[in-house]
Amino acid sequence: MKRRDFLKVCLAGGATATMGGLCGKAWGSSSFEGYPDGMGVLVDTTRCIGCRSCEAACNKEQKMPVPEVPFDNTSVFDETRRTDENALTVVNRYPSKESGPVYRKQQCNHCNEPACLTSCFVNAYTKTKEGAVIYNSKVCVGCRNCMIACPFNMPGYSYSSAFNPVVKKCIFCYDTRLKYGKPPACVDICPQEALTFGHRKDLLKLAHERIRETPDRYYDHVYGEKEVGGTSWLYISNISPDQLGMDNTLGNEPIISNVKDFLGTVPMVLTIWPALFTGIHLLATRNKDHHDDHANHSGQEDDQP
Amino acid sequence: MSAQRLRFAVMVVATMLALTPGSALSLSVPDTLPLNSQGKLYESFQFDHARHIKLTRECSGCHHHTAGTLVEDPNCIRCHRNSGENKVVRCRGCHLADPFSAASLREKNSNPNMYHLDKPGLKGAMHQNCIGCHKKVAKAPIGCTECHKRKKAGDAFYSAGNFAPRGKPGKDEH
Repeated sequence: MKRRDFLKVCLAGGATATMGGLCGKAWGSSSFEGYPDGMGVLVDTTRCIGCRSCEAACNKEQKMPVPEVPFDNTSVFDETRRTDENALTVVNRYPSKESGPVYRKQQCNHCNEPACLTSCFVNAYTKTKEGAVIYNSKVCVGCRNCMIACPFNMPGYSYSSAFNPVVKKCIFCYDTRLKYGKPPACVDICPQEALTFGHRKDLLKLAHERIRETPDRYYDHVYGEKEVGGTSWLYISNISPDQLGMDNTLGNEPIISNVKDFLGTVPMVLTIWPALFTGIHLLATRNKDHHDDHANHSGQEDDQP
Repeated sequence: MSAQRLRFAVMVVATMLALTPGSALSLSVPDTLPLNSQGKLYESFQFDHARHIKLTRECSGCHHHTAGTLVEDPNCIRCHRNSGENKVVRCRGCHLADPFSAASLREKNSNPNMYHLDKPGLKGAMHQNCIGCHKKVAKAPIGCTECHKRKKAGDAFYSAGNFAPRGKPGKDEH
């Protein structure tokens, strides 16, 4: 094959590849700031008194089994708990030299660009326009990739079920409340109104306004405003997030940014490369005698004169 | 008495009357108030209003601006410097029972000039107000059942009391 022809083919192939890249929709993911009417919850840990009513409300609303320990028992705070199949939200106590113990409720943060949704290959997760990240337990195959992907380690897994284990996490009370515009059970029950429900955009303004009006009361950071692309559940407190068990090394890029560049090129590669390399191969072998290809020549050449 | 002295005397009496709290002027201030009468999980209870008046001596300590002397919080003063007492004194006059319903949120968003968007609902306001002060005062109740006892439905809700899981009694119950 002539060098000139080879270069022409590569140039044509490269141009097509760039065209495919520009059409890719995946490139827009890190600028999604949530659906315009997306709801959220602002968690103000300066108000939380650790009464665990939210845990009780969640347990009843989501029809979880009776817990091992009553919900008014405060000895559970002696150790840090995590969410699991029977506790979609837990409250933990964190020490603080400035103010005495601080309580923080944790649950799925209903991210704008959820990592669980990114990692799920059966599309069990959906980010609804109300802001909730819900999952279809019927489709779930129990691979637990989402548990690894979640930067907050929130999804729990029903290890106790032998034949139908599924991932379980807070669904923002979507089926029973959010769909109808009502706040989730935990927000409804909180006696101190440590949880404020509203549109995410309004809650951000509210959080910054609270910090502005009483700067001595708050650490100046709204956790979840930008972390991993933004979450629907936002946190403000009097101490820094890392003192409350919240990861402050996550960065503002959504988890999908780690994979979208690679995965975005797959469709283009699978269409262009076969065509490209077939074309190159044909050009390279167009003047060659193809008659002897794929034939078994052992012993036959002896018959030629 | 000269006109000047009379005017002075009148001003002194008027100032004294203005500064006297409502109870001394025998306005209708109840001695006890039933609270949480709509409670589903906790019983209603009688709030000892007279005792709190004696302990705090200042209505605005609990009723912020609706009664008593004007608060000195700089965040309030900057607009409410000349605001007087409100006609409606009770908490539920301003604090909604259902602050997060779709209707309440819509109403909040409908008025672009509304400043007080962070107004807590009734339950939140009462608990923040009571517990907030009680935390600073010794021997004041801050536990849930120290103020209002739990109903049977409440015990079921918290899986506590008679509804506690068998064989594992709760420690450090409220």
